[in-house]
Amino acid sequence: MKYLLTSVLTACGIFSLTSIAISADPTLRIERNYDDLGFLKPIPVSISGFSGEVDSVLKNDLIFMGVQNVAPTEARYFITGSNGERVEGRVTEKVTKTELMAKAYAGGSKRVQAHALADDIAKLLTQLPGIAQTKVAFKVETGPSVGEIYIADYDGHNPQAVTRDNSLVAAPSWSSRGVMYYASYKLGKPEVFSHELGSGARRALVHGPGSTMSPAVSPDGQKIAFIWNKGGSPNLYVCQSDGSSVQQLSKSRDAESSPCWSRDSQTVCFVSRERGPANLFTISANGTGRRHLSTVGVGNATEPAWSPDGKWIAFTAQRSGGFDICIVKAQGGPVMVLTEGEDPSWAPNSRAIIFCKGPDHRKVLSLLDAPTRHVKDIARISESNSQPSWAP
Amino acid sequence: MKTHKLIYLIALTLAVFPLAGCHKGLQKTTPLPGWAQKPPGNDDGLKPLDSGLKTSDTSAIGKDGLVPMGDKDLHNWKPSADQPFKGDTVYFEFDKATIKSSETHKLDSIASRMKGLQGKALRIEGHCDERGTEEYNRSLGDRRALALREYLVRAGIDYQMIDTISYGEDRPLNPGHNEAAWSKNRRGEFVVIEPPR
Repeated sequence: MKYLLTSVLTACGIFSLTSIAISADPTLRIERNYDDLGFLKPIPVSISGFSGEVDSVLKNDLIFMGVQNVAPTEARYFITGSNGERVEGRVTEKVTKTELMAKAYAGGSKRVQAHALADDIAKLLTQLPGIAQTKVAFKVETGPSVGEIYIADYDGHNPQAVTRDNSLVAAPSWSSRGVMYYASYKLGKPEVFSHELGSGARRALVHGPGSTMSPAVSPDGQKIAFIWNKGGSPNLYVCQSDGSSVQQLSKSRDAESSPCWSRDSQTVCFVSRERGPANLFTISANGTGRRHLSTVGVGNATEPAWSPDGKWIAFTAQRSGGFDICIVKAQGGPVMVLTEGEDPSWAPNSRAIIFCKGPDHRKVLSLLDAPTRHVKDIARISESNSQPSWAP
Repeated sequence: MKTHKLIYLIALTLAVFPLAGCHKGLQKTTPLPGWAQKPPGNDDGLKPLDSGLKTSDTSAIGKDGLVPMGDKDLHNWKPSADQPFKGDTVYFEFDKATIKSSETHKLDSIASRMKGLQGKALRIEGHCDERGTEEYNRSLGDRRALALREYLVRAGIDYQMIDTISYGEDRPLNPGHNEAAWSKNRRGEFVVIEPPR
């Protein structure tokens, strides 16, 4: 039996993309296996029928969503389709020949249609959120001591400048409410600003003496954790997203940095030098329950990033001669070193990570599939790209 | 007095205009607001200015040794033409914000010469080498600048007249990737600043 189901997706805010389910039989149970760490093992599929950009976009997207293109003999599902007039794709179970999904896409570019197909396939097979149509924000060094905040598709395509201040800029953090928070030196010192992406309206987060730095917006979009030095040392503060109800969470003499939030927006993980070298700590957003987070096996842990599913904290470990991207369970414990690089940010599927690597002033952004450790660099804009923040 | 008010208005317009003019980004993006909405110098624009002269006022130093930031906004003060402390850059050990005893003579010298600079203030810039992550270094550079500020306040400089700014690893003095370069990049620099004209 054939039926029509139309859903309208907004891609890039310009084109409206329509997907039509040509036919589908979702009654078949999809087998999913998990590795020792609890990550979904890549689901083997065989992809055929696509060409050029659509083919490469589709395969690249699926890798970072837990779906792997393998030889037909190894595959459990066949993904077939075409990209003539429009992108069309079907998912068929290999043994029973049951068709699980069949969709055609209209509107937008072929690239956008390929991303939409990848998301639909991944959601069907993995039950994880699709990330192929998500965006990332990052810092672009445009010259000596100047930079701008940019946003782009998660794979680096369609880069667009958010700021044109010709000033030092740092640490973008993307709110679920369409607001970007970052620090800018435009007015003579580092200061956190909120920037509504829809209207372009900007305002200083808080007013007062000293510098504000390293903003991190909570997953619910309501609170901002940041670093402020007004008391004479860079300490951790939390306020509401409009800058009200400022509360100081730490009163250490030592430098603190890089806050991030737990899934429930109740706990902040941050970096302190309280124990000498850099270590991770957690504290509740009301200032109670400060606790050291153990990262067994590595030293100098900085730049924590809590996974959207709440299970993991990714961070940067420093070793002699470089940095590594690591993950540790959110309650602390043994550390898994994943790959060389720094400043991780999780995708909404709690599987892919964007990070940066390379020497100062020549950094490049890179994507990582945490369970398989598959890494792919994305196109660099200008001299150096760093401090990525994946849109929630 | 009318002339007084007029001069004040001109000063205010000049201070705000450069920010309003930098509007070339996304069409919708507004200029950065915030401090620019207020008169420079925290409402005391044309009043007599403090000098850095206060001696032995160490009341701002907290029990924990920390010196809070002053209420006076020095961020829009501009570097003076004459920079007497260029040769007094203080260097730090790797990943440390404590002042080496071999560096303190520079600070003692700055403290005594600062007292001769009527109407001017000091901006301390904290910097790091590249061997740390970006925001970690921004905080570490800040901590270094603040440690230097604490020393100068204990030496008698008014805490309201010392501003700090951290550049983290963004402004290396030497672009090399070796210890010779790094040891020059872990530093605190001293810039004499004066009110915008």
